[in-house]
Amino acid sequence: MRKQWMKGMVLAMLAGSAAFASVMTADAADIRILPVDTAKFWSGAKFDFDVEVANAKDLGAVDITINGKSAADVLGKDLTRTVLDNGVTSFRANDVTFKKTGDYTVSVVANDAEGKSTASAAYKVVQEKAARPAKNVILFVGDGMSLQAREIARILSKGQTNGKYNDLLAMEKLDHNAIITTSGYDSLVTDSANSASAYSTGHKSVVNAMGVYEDSTADPLDDPKVETISEILKRTRGMSIGIVTQAETTDATPAAMVGHTRRRALQDYLAKDYLADYHRPDVIMGGGSSRYLPSSVMGSKRKDNFDVIQAFKDKGYTFATTDAEMKAAPADKPLLGLFHTSTMNVYLDREMLKNPKVLKGFDDQPNLVDMTKKTLDILSQNKNGFFAMIEGASIDKQLHVMDWQRAAYDTIEFDKAIEYAEQWNKEHGDDTLIIVVADHSHGISISGTYHERDGKKGPEAVRVYQNSILPTFKDADKDGFPDDPDPDVTLAVQYANHPEYYENYHFMPEPIAPALSVTETVEEAQNIGDKVEFHQVSKASSKANPARIHPGDPAVLMPANTPKDDPQECHSADDVLLNAGGPGSEYFHGVMDNTEVFFGILRALGVDGNRSVNPDLSKEAK
Amino acid sequence: MKGTLLRRAAAGALLAMAAALPWGVLAEDLSFGELYSDWSAAGLVLSEKTESLEGETVTMTGYMAPPLTPTIRFFVLTEVPMSVCPFCSSDADWPDNIIVVKVSEPVTALPYDSPISVTGTLEIGSEIDEETGFVSQLRIAADSIDAL
Repeated sequence: MRKQWMKGMVLAMLAGSAAFASVMTADAADIRILPVDTAKFWSGAKFDFDVEVANAKDLGAVDITINGKSAADVLGKDLTRTVLDNGVTSFRANDVTFKKTGDYTVSVVANDAEGKSTASAAYKVVQEKAARPAKNVILFVGDGMSLQAREIARILSKGQTNGKYNDLLAMEKLDHNAIITTSGYDSLVTDSANSASAYSTGHKSVVNAMGVYEDSTADPLDDPKVETISEILKRTRGMSIGIVTQAETTDATPAAMVGHTRRRALQDYLAKDYLADYHRPDVIMGGGSSRYLPSSVMGSKRKDNFDVIQAFKDKGYTFATTDAEMKAAPADKPLLGLFHTSTMNVYLDREMLKNPKVLKGFDDQPNLVDMTKKTLDILSQNKNGFFAMIEGASIDKQLHVMDWQRAAYDTIEFDKAIEYAEQWNKEHGDDTLIIVVADHSHGISISGTYHERDGKKGPEAVRVYQNSILPTFKDADKDGFPDDPDPDVTLAVQYANHPEYYENYHFMPEPIAPALSVTETVEEAQNIGDKVEFHQVSKASSKANPARIHPGDPAVLMPANTPKDDPQECHSADDVLLNAGGPGSEYFHGVMDNTEVFFGILRALGVDGNRSVNPDLSKEAK
Repeated sequence: MKGTLLRRAAAGALLAMAAALPWGVLAEDLSFGELYSDWSAAGLVLSEKTESLEGETVTMTGYMAPPLTPTIRFFVLTEVPMSVCPFCSSDADWPDNIIVVKVSEPVTALPYDSPISVTGTLEIGSEIDEETGFVSQLRIAADSIDAL
């Protein structure tokens, strides 16, 4: 073994990098093992095993072993050697499993003209069972719901008396909690595809990817797959699956419960792929019909004329486009509910303000509580149990556009759905594990409160310490939602990672984006041989949206503190909180990695991954 | 204030479409609010006005979304200035009611944060741009573009 390899390995471990990392010498071959080092598996859960060797000169024998035995023998399948279009040599076996629990070490020795290159990956394979198993699991994902997003909702919805909260949110009353870390294997800050994929598969991935490890090719559909929770529970138990969101139903969080792609933007593909028997959800609800409508229909964004909605109808699904149609849907049939061509409107606009300019024609969209109710009515018909992922999607979307009030009302709505599910569980045998978790954070913070009672405006009217008198949100009808989102004393909420924008400290009756996309032309110096040439280069940038200046107030310009090519507030790497109740919820405690959500779910259900009750499920979408 | 193309181009602020409208052709004003008569997840319904203007010359006012490349054959006209850059970030998405503006000569240096007015022939029906794969349902083949 080369001396440099150890150094290389240590560096790679420190960087947490799964990129090609074997030896430090420039001329040696690079080896990438997928799944990556540190991966954890549920025994019997399927995955694609792939070893890629790059930068080899006359690549000869490549020895791949697992715990000292040939990988092909351990995995029960030969590895196929392929030279990919990019010159990388791949050794791959699809749909393999680790049948037995324990520790596994993959070792790779590649021989080429320069000598020997080595790499290794350590895996852990588990299978556990809760003492009192769960029949069903409901995973509530508050997208981007940081600890402070919860607290804002608690302040608005419950209020305080002498420093004590009058009540907690329903999610905060669950028995167990854990701090969840959210990074992917490529970077500190995750996106919603990568993080939802961790919940759905138990494996980390990279930004914009779901249900896959990233290989070296550009093709977004050929990356090594890991089995998703929908696939595992349908295959091993014949359970029903529901995915419910207010975002597009092909957006990252719902799609990651089911599908596999390196690029979450492939929403046409994801919509059609939902049809495949081996992972087809029984309930799909949310927005984004533009990905299901054939291109001949106005409002479609599909590149083909395939009618995904008709294909679902042909499989016996009820199709609903409004709240009324959803409520009328029979409980004994699967349901496709698409209530908007793109993202559904938020609670404040949909249920309270009802401004036709904002809602356009979408004036009968369901709320998340009713969507949850219908989902449980349908899924609970299956005696084998169900898994439902219910997402508070616009908490994230509204924090991206720095509209904390709209995010807060959606957080309260999300909590009402959780409250309903908790009650439903109590009335239906208390055999449902309920998990509430965010997928990542936003860098919002409650600076204090804000009012202009003494004539001060802007930063001088942000009240801190003893001046931070309680906000004056009122809830006369006791529905948990403040009657007026714009009381005279409100919260002062500020952001850690934002574009250039005007802070106005007030509620915006109509949504106004903080920053506008522009392109900047800059002069860049380039070294051409021994000469320096200057070129005009055009690049994406953003600038503060002047529409956001509060009428009559001085403009308070906040310079961007993140790169200007993104006109939105970004996710933060802050840890998130998980709450859980019901059978199996005792698994969650302390500080845990986000992949543990998956293991906690399978443990609660006592899934035997090596069992297949539905071996005939077709992998091809019809 | 509406400036003519020539003045703008001469001022160096803009370089827009050269082909002016033939004499005697009147453009019909069409606003974003008039495009559709019904919005539903089962599909949008074009208004009678929009339908009746297929193949006719229309003028629409909106905002130019920042394009991916400095020289382009089309750009996207939106009702409000874009606050996400779908061409820059593969995950962002376009609003429902966009218009693709096809240009016969490259357009550079148009403003993104102030309104522009586009006049040209209205096209209806799904079309995919071969190079970028961009899908559009409504397009204007532009004869002229003005900054307002």
